[in-house]
Parts: sequence; structure tokens; C-alpha cells
Amino acid sequence: MKCGVVTFPGSNCNHDMIYALGNVLKQEVIELWHKDSDIQNCDLIVLPGGFSYGDYLRSGAIARFSPIMDSIIQHANNGGMVLGICNGFQILCESGLLPGALLHNNQQKFICKNVFLKPSSKTTPITKQLNEEKSFKIPIAHGEGRYFADDKTLKELTKNDQVIFQYCDENGVVSEEVNPNGSCLNIAGISNANKNVFGMMPHPERAVDLLLNNTDGKLIFESLLN
Amino acid sequence: MKNKSSLQIATLDQAIELGLKKEEFQEICKIMGRTPNFTEMSIYSVMWSEHCAYKNSILWLKTLPKDGPHMLVKAGEENAGLVDIGDGLACAFKIESHNHPSALEPYQGAATGVGGINRDIFTMGARPIAQLNSLRFGDIKKDRTKWLLKGVVKGIGDYGNSFGIPVLGGEVFFDDSFDQNPLVNAFSAGIMKVDELISATSSGPGNPVFIVGSSTGKDGIHGAAFASKDITEDSMDDLPAVQVGDPFQEKLLLEASLELSKSDAIVGMQDMGAAGITCSSSEMSAAGGVGMKIDLDKVPTRQDDMKGWEILLSESQERMLVVVEKGKEDEVKAIFDKWDLNCEQIGEVTQGDKLEFFQHGELIASLSPKSLVLGGGAPQYNREYKEPAYYNEFKKFKIEDIEVPKNLVEVGHFLLKQPNICSKKWVYEQYDSMVGTNNISTNSPSNAGIALIKGTKKGIAMTVDCNSRYVNADPEIGTSIAVSEAARNIVVSGGNPSAVTNCLNFGNPYHPESYWQFVGAIKGMSAACKKFSTPVTGGNVSFYNQSIVDGKEVPVFPTPTIGMIGLVDDVEKAMSMNFKNVGDSIYLLGHCKNDISSSEYLYNYHNVKSSTAPYFNLDEEFELHTLVQKLIKNSLINAAHDCADGGLFITLAEMGMTSDLGFEININSNFRKDAYLFGEVQGRVVVSVSNDMQEDFSSLLKSFNVPYENIGKVVENDFIIDNESFGSVSFCKEIYDNALALNL
Repeated sequence: MKCGVVTFPGSNCNHDMIYALGNVLKQEVIELWHKDSDIQNCDLIVLPGGFSYGDYLRSGAIARFSPIMDSIIQHANNGGMVLGICNGFQILCESGLLPGALLHNNQQKFICKNVFLKPSSKTTPITKQLNEEKSFKIPIAHGEGRYFADDKTLKELTKNDQVIFQYCDENGVVSEEVNPNGSCLNIAGISNANKNVFGMMPHPERAVDLLLNNTDGKLIFESLLN
Repeated sequence: MKNKSSLQIATLDQAIELGLKKEEFQEICKIMGRTPNFTEMSIYSVMWSEHCAYKNSILWLKTLPKDGPHMLVKAGEENAGLVDIGDGLACAFKIESHNHPSALEPYQGAATGVGGINRDIFTMGARPIAQLNSLRFGDIKKDRTKWLLKGVVKGIGDYGNSFGIPVLGGEVFFDDSFDQNPLVNAFSAGIMKVDELISATSSGPGNPVFIVGSSTGKDGIHGAAFASKDITEDSMDDLPAVQVGDPFQEKLLLEASLELSKSDAIVGMQDMGAAGITCSSSEMSAAGGVGMKIDLDKVPTRQDDMKGWEILLSESQERMLVVVEKGKEDEVKAIFDKWDLNCEQIGEVTQGDKLEFFQHGELIASLSPKSLVLGGGAPQYNREYKEPAYYNEFKKFKIEDIEVPKNLVEVGHFLLKQPNICSKKWVYEQYDSMVGTNNISTNSPSNAGIALIKGTKKGIAMTVDCNSRYVNADPEIGTSIAVSEAARNIVVSGGNPSAVTNCLNFGNPYHPESYWQFVGAIKGMSAACKKFSTPVTGGNVSFYNQSIVDGKEVPVFPTPTIGMIGLVDDVEKAMSMNFKNVGDSIYLLGHCKNDISSSEYLYNYHNVKSSTAPYFNLDEEFELHTLVQKLIKNSLINAAHDCADGGLFITLAEMGMTSDLGFEININSNFRKDAYLFGEVQGRVVVSVSNDMQEDFSSLLKSFNVPYENIGKVVENDFIIDNESFGSVSFCKEIYDNALALNL
């Protein structure tokens, strides 16, 4: 698959994503620059984590106005695949490609640690090949990761099978106790109704390398790429 | 008229107010052959401050071992130390303090400390790959301590997380002596290709000089002078001397600088830390034996009508001074334009030893760059030192005066929740520890942080260590211990200690008793660094760490923080500290003694504040390291953890809690139970050994002189000592994990 990884000036997970997709998963990777508008016929556009434009205002609030985003919105509206990780998820919500918003964590602190994810949706490409009995160990690292949406939106997300990942414990049990940031319904990631745009706060690209002793993230990419 | 305040002839009173001594002012007049104007005198006052000139420390720093087979630059020659790690790659690393700013404004103080140290690394052309930090605070029960701790941690987190370099480890220590004056020491390491080194030098008269990065504002003026005086109740008046950080600008500056390092347009570059434009222009000129002419009207400023000396002394962050090869200006401008950063030509390199600053068309300062800098005209002093009375008092401590507590379980639980021992999760979870996907220790906890060098199987092991209490008890031994502990942490993680950077936090150098601590620390550091073949590549000195409360001086515990790196040849052979299998044998390697001196147990459980440093022997320590390296190389152990704060009990508990396994051990009856479990005798490591390794393990041990003892085995759930349960793993973990948060 031809993957385009966008670099905003304050992106800091772009190199990790390029390494994961290119070196580990052996995909063709194109580096896209925020000031460009040509997405070079990529099949999958990835918005990596970081602090796109410093994020002093609200995470992702300025990035949505960058030249490359117009092309990405068009690509998504034509059915092309878009994946946003962490800050990328925030940008997708800000730009309206995904519903809801990401608020400050409920403990008002940045938090970085391994968490466990349960693949909830059975119908989205990013989860469809995942063993739903397994919990996936993936790191989070964010200050604004509390997924919030109104009840109506949450009901729709559930009804349409758009919740892709929920925070759970080691054994796959979803509970408030293991909700790291206060997200509604323990939501860690969602897709749009068409199931071609995906956003998630956890970082699967940080869990693909055997030398780092965790390759659960590789399984998530493989589900999406195959 | 516009330059009136800048051009006014300086007076002795002004000089003294800015921190110069009378003799120094006279020396300046002699060097210049005239009395300096206010701007020139301001420049001397910062360049000759302790912070920039190391005037009271340099003579002793010169005695530290500097040479080693892998050193690529000499100490102090570049912005950071540089070690050859093979394959054409080098590791740049350094530690620096930001204590005084953090005491006033913990958030910005700590944030700009992180910014400054990373800038030192990427100014050389290296991409930072990992950070550590070493923090010290006062009594955790005090509101001021909580405010400082929360602010410092958030400052480090917000800056580093946005900048995008993982924090791999660090230390947090609490003692009342840090109540007013916390210590914030930040370490960064980066990787570069050896041939892409950018030097902090200038050459080629006629070459253009650029300022790049943020605009210059009025923040941090006289910050270097502020850092060179005592923290007092009036220190809040110096708040404008604290800089404000912008990690987004730093990130842009990083990317642009690294693109610049790959071009051939650059002659030299230096970041602007202390004393801003003044320090960078004079140091680069002095290093290259040239002069410089700078027009301050060309410097992008945040506000109008800044005075010449304000522009010169501003410590606004995220700026660099760049000397470019003439004719290649456009190449450089294009790079900074891509990253939307300022890039303004402000002057040019000139012939001769003359640094000239112009404003509004007028020459406002003309000085010799050589006369300003360390190693040139900056003063170097021999200070008087005297053994303080407490040192002999501490030696009077006798273990016999302390009764062995009846309930050792209670002592164990007491120690698990001590702020100096308990999990620092509350702190480190606020730092991004995994960005860059090179942190080996996330899923495989080890004593030192290990960063994978992408594209190879090599790793850089790194650690920061110093037990300030030991150094206070005995500066020389305490500092040898700090170096040894750093080396031990690297060795038990599977690395080979390679080089040291240091951050020397002490009191007022003009007080002979404080200076005695400094001198002792240097001697102890020299001895240990020579033994481990780990030369000192640089670092910084922070004096004046003390508070004056109600007229009485309270110096902080002397704290020579040691930052050490080591090479791990194959990260798949790196050693983790968590127990692996139920049934594995547990061995204690090293000398046991009836010693509880300066332990957390003695100091906080028994409340005995005066005792000597714990037992330590440099030769025994070295042999232990050689043994552990061999055990790891031959795959004869499956976990290793050194005995440090809290003694053997805490070591075993940590090995169990990181794997949710327990242990069952017996106390050697030749020793007092409390000394055996909680004493902090140095030079000891606990390892676990599986059955199939046992035979080769034993035969290797026999070829060494290191004492060893099979103390028990790994079990499923409980911590059991002499058949008595110290609680289940989950119970102890609950105490250990949550203690810090409960205190806040």
C-alpha cells in the first residue's frame, strides 16, 4: 500500500511512523509536507502524533487549516483511507472528519504508559483481522485524550460499530478503573460512518519492534494494510 | 542621544551591583586601557560571572581525568562531550543545572533547563535521542515543596513532550536542606555522524554572522549574574531574570539546525544560553582567533526601543548564532524559511581580537573577545577551604547505639513508602518516555535507561546518580560512590561505562566550608573516574545553592550529579532487573558489613542525621563490575539489580514488583538483621540464576575474588524473609506505587 505520512512543523512521531510502516511493515512510504497540497496518489494518509503547530491554542485546532488538510479531506470524502494517531486523531476531530472532541485528561496531567486495548468493532478494516479475545498492549502519551461526544453521537457510534478500540485491562475487561483519561465509554479510537477514516489516541507505531519487546501494534497495522 | 544609557561611563558601584568584585573592575579597566562604558561593563559582568567563567571552579575542574580512547572532543571545547560509538557514529551528551530559575518559577525554570540542554546537543549537529533528569526537593510535607515539584515536573513534561525526546530515567530525592533551593539537573544525549560535527567556532574574516530562531526579548537579562548569587527572601525581585520557553520554536530550530549540519554552508554555530548574543559571539570569536562586528539594529526583537545592553544580555530562548561561509547565505536562508524561523544577518567576522557592537549607527561596545572568556582573560581563583566541624561529629556515629527494631516487617513497609524510595511513577508518567521508539527499558526494566540506536543492534545506556546524603557525610567518598553507582547501573544493565558528564551543585564558593565540600567531591570523582576509565567530558558547576532564612545560611546537601553513558553492543543481550521464573536462585554478590551509615533507614526511620558515608571500596567495586559484565556476556544470569537506597530488601522488592513475583530468602546470621536488610553498603548486586545456568555460574564465580552468597529463591506471591512474610507482591506494590501521589 502507498502510505503518505504528513509532517506538520511540530510533528514528533512522524519518524516513528515512517519507520514502522516502511522499515517494519515494508510499505511504500511518502513523506508529505504540511505546506504542500498534493497527496501524491497515496492510498492511506497517516496523520502522526506530536504538537502540530505547538498546540498552545487547542490540539489540532490550527493544523486543520494547513494546505495539506484540504486535500486530505477530499481524499477521505472520496472514500480514501485516513488514519490519525494521537495529535492526528485530534486533527481529524477538529476538521470534522470524525465526530466528537478530545478534551484534557480528567486528571489534568499528561500521561504516558502502556495500556491495554480491546478491539471493539468487527467491521472496520483496522480491527477486522484482530482477535477480539485478545487485549493489545499499546502505549499512550497525551495530555488531551479524553474522548467526548454527546449521547446521541455515542449511541450512533455504538450502533454503527464505529468504536474501534476501548481501554481495557490485561484480560480484555472494559471498566472505569482502567480508563486512563476519563474517555466516554472508555473509547480509545473510532472510525467514521463510512469506515475509511480512523482516529485513535494510543500509538501502535510504538509497538512494532521486536527489539523493544512489544509487537502488538504490528497486528493492528497488518489488519489495516491487508 | 538614543544610546545615552549604553554609552555612559561605568562606575565601581554599578559593577559591584552587577556582581563584579572591586579587583575585577580594576582589572577590566587595565585590560581596556580605559574605564568601560555601561554596556561594556555589563558584558564583563556576565562573562566573568561564575556561571560563564567558572572562575572559582576551573582550577579544580582541570584536575579531572579528561582523556580516553573514545573521546572526540576535549572537555569544554564544544557545547557538549562527544564519544565515538563506532560505525561512524558519535554520541553527544551533557548535563546542566537550572536550579535558581526553578526556585523562583518552577515551571519555566525547569522547561528552559530542558530546552537549554537539548540545544547544546543539536547545536553540534546531533539529534537528541534521550533525556534524563535529576531533581532534588525539600520536605515533601511542605506546601512550597509540593508547588515546586508539581511545577518542575509539569515544566519538564510540557517542554520535552512537545519537543519530542523521550525521558528514559532519572532520580528524585527529598531532604529538608533543599526547602528553598531545589536542584533541577537536566541531561540529554544525541547521536550524530562523526563527520557532521558543527563546531562552536568562527573563522574567515568577511564571513557573514546570522542570528536564527526566536526574536530577542527582555527576558532573562542578567540571568547569568542571578545564577551566581545566593537565593534569598529578596530573590523574587530577580523574576525577570527567568527566561520563558517555547518548545515549538525549539522543535523547528532542531529540524532546521540538523538540515544545516548536512549542508556545507556552515562555519560554526553556538546556541544562546547564558548571556545570549554576548556569550555566543565572544566564545566563538575567541575559539577561532578572530573578531566580529555586529549591528544590533538588525536583531529581530519582540519589542521596540530595547537598549543595546538589553539586546546583548537577553537570554531569550531558542536562538542560535551562526557563522556562514560567504556566498552561501541563500542556502542557509532557504532552510530557515522552510521552518518559518527568523534568519537575519547581523554582522560579519573580522580580523584581529576585537568584538564590536553597533546600535543606531554608533559603536556602543568594543572589547577583546579573548579577554572575556574562560581560558582567556576571565579570572581564575584559588579559593580557601576548611574542613567543617560537622565532619568529625559525623565520624562519632556507632552502630551499637542503634537497637535492632523488633518488627522488621514494619521497617520494610516504612521504607517502601519513603519518598526517596517509593515508585516515582507520579513523576515519570507525565513524561513521554517512548517517543522516538528507542526506549528498550519500557518493556524490559533496567537500572540504566537504554536507548536503541536505530538501524543497529547497539544501545546507549545512560544514568544520572548522586546520593547527596553520602556526599554531605563525606564529599570525597560520597562522590566516588556517585560515580561507582552510575557505573554499576550501566554494568548491571549490560553496558560498558564509557564517559561522564557532571553537574556540580554546591553552596557559596567564598565560604571555606562549602568549598571544602567542592574540593573533596572533585578528588573523589577523579579517583573513581580513573578507576572506571570514564573521563569527564564536561558539564556545569552551580554554586550559591543555599538559602538565607532569617539571616541564617542553609546550604543544600552538596550534590555532584554524575551523568554517565555506556555502550551496549547488542541490546538483545541487555540485562533487565525483574525476576524471571519461580524457582530461580537469588545470589547476593559483593561484601556484606554491619553497616547502616547514612542509609535511608538510619536517617529517616531512626532519625539519626549524623553518620559517615556507607562502607565503600573502589577496588572491590571495580572487580564486582568486571564479574557482572562477564556473567552477562556469558548469559549466566537472567536479572540483575544493584543494592542502593533502602538496601537489600528494597532491591529484592523492586525485582519482584516489576515482575509480580515474590522471593524467599534467609538472613546471614553473621550480620545484624537490620544492617543485612536495610544497610546501604556499596558494591553489591543481586542476580537471579535459573537452574540450567547454575553450574557455569558457580564455576565463573570461583575464578573471581568477589564474595557471593545464595540467599534464596524466586517464589510466586510473597516476600518471605526467615520464614516471615513481609506481605504479598500486590500488597507491597500498592504501598510502593501510590506513596508519592498520597503525599501530594
